Amino acid sequence: MGSALASEDVYLPDTVQTAVKLLVVGHFAVGKTTFVGTLSEIRPLRTEETMSQAGAHTDDLGGVPHKTTTTVALDFGRLTLNEHLVLYLFGAPGQQRFTQLWRDMTQGALGALVLADTRRLEHSYDVMGLLEEHGLPYAVAVNHFDGAPVFAEEDLREVLDLLPEIPLVTCDARDTRSSTQALISLVQYLYTRNTQEHA
Amino acid sequence: MTPRSAKRGLVRPYVITDGRAHPTRNTFDLVTLVSAAQGGDLAGLSPEKRRVMALCRGGSLSVAEVVGHLQIPVSVTKVLLGDLVDSGHILTRSPIPSAELPDIKILQEVLDGLRARL
Repeated sequence: MGSALASEDVYLPDTVQTAVKLLVVGHFAVGKTTFVGTLSEIRPLRTEETMSQAGAHTDDLGGVPHKTTTTVALDFGRLTLNEHLVLYLFGAPGQQRFTQLWRDMTQGALGALVLADTRRLEHSYDVMGLLEEHGLPYAVAVNHFDGAPVFAEEDLREVLDLLPEIPLVTCDARDTRSSTQALISLVQYLYTRNTQEHA
Repeated sequence: MTPRSAKRGLVRPYVITDGRAHPTRNTFDLVTLVSAAQGGDLAGLSPEKRRVMALCRGGSLSVAEVVGHLQIPVSVTKVLLGDLVDSGHILTRSPIPSAELPDIKILQEVLDGLRARL
């Protein structure tokens, strides 16, 4: 690739001064890559980082510190919001063991959208826990899959154990309008939260 | 189009960075914006740094995009960019300071920008 960047919209307008990022997180196959791809104005890109990770559990009976190397990929996309502001969306894996990656990712992020799937809501607990640990505010968007069960909002809130102020919306990650709405819910929440903290 | 699978280079990452795992400066976030400085003699730059320069000469990009286009690991890209900033080849525009709460004005702009897309 390298020199094959013929398309002009690879680059940002010269006037862009500020870049902000939001994370799109969730368990495996919940639709993070689809969501980022739906909203991105550029062909979604991927960053890869090789990292050694400590064994996930300390109760390893072998007693030998066990390390493996994994490649962690982040898919990301870009939305130029006005002539001087650009938003990057990073789709990030929700595994507890990528601690360093989580530190890097959450650093400077405005907030996160947690994608959830009603067929396995319990798989979202890990990622929500990680966000709380890193102090990153989030909203939850149920990515609706055809044939997946539909629950009342209050039931979903109870299962996900959501605080009343945390937005919970439904979206279709394949649909631009619906995915944009989900992001708006998140940013509206970040905005309200911010005004309250400054009040 | 370009194949999605990352190609593994023949050269190990630490060779590209002269054995360094960390950049000379700690100012790169994935969304730090970088662009090529005017002029800037490429003589003496390693092939990888020339690739970074060839990409960045086209216009501004985030560090993440440099990583994505060149398919070099994040940590290696940061080392290369750090050197290129030190040598005056690359200019950066830092992201908003992460220690502070996001500026309410920026959140308002993000909100307006997203709403305008509906």
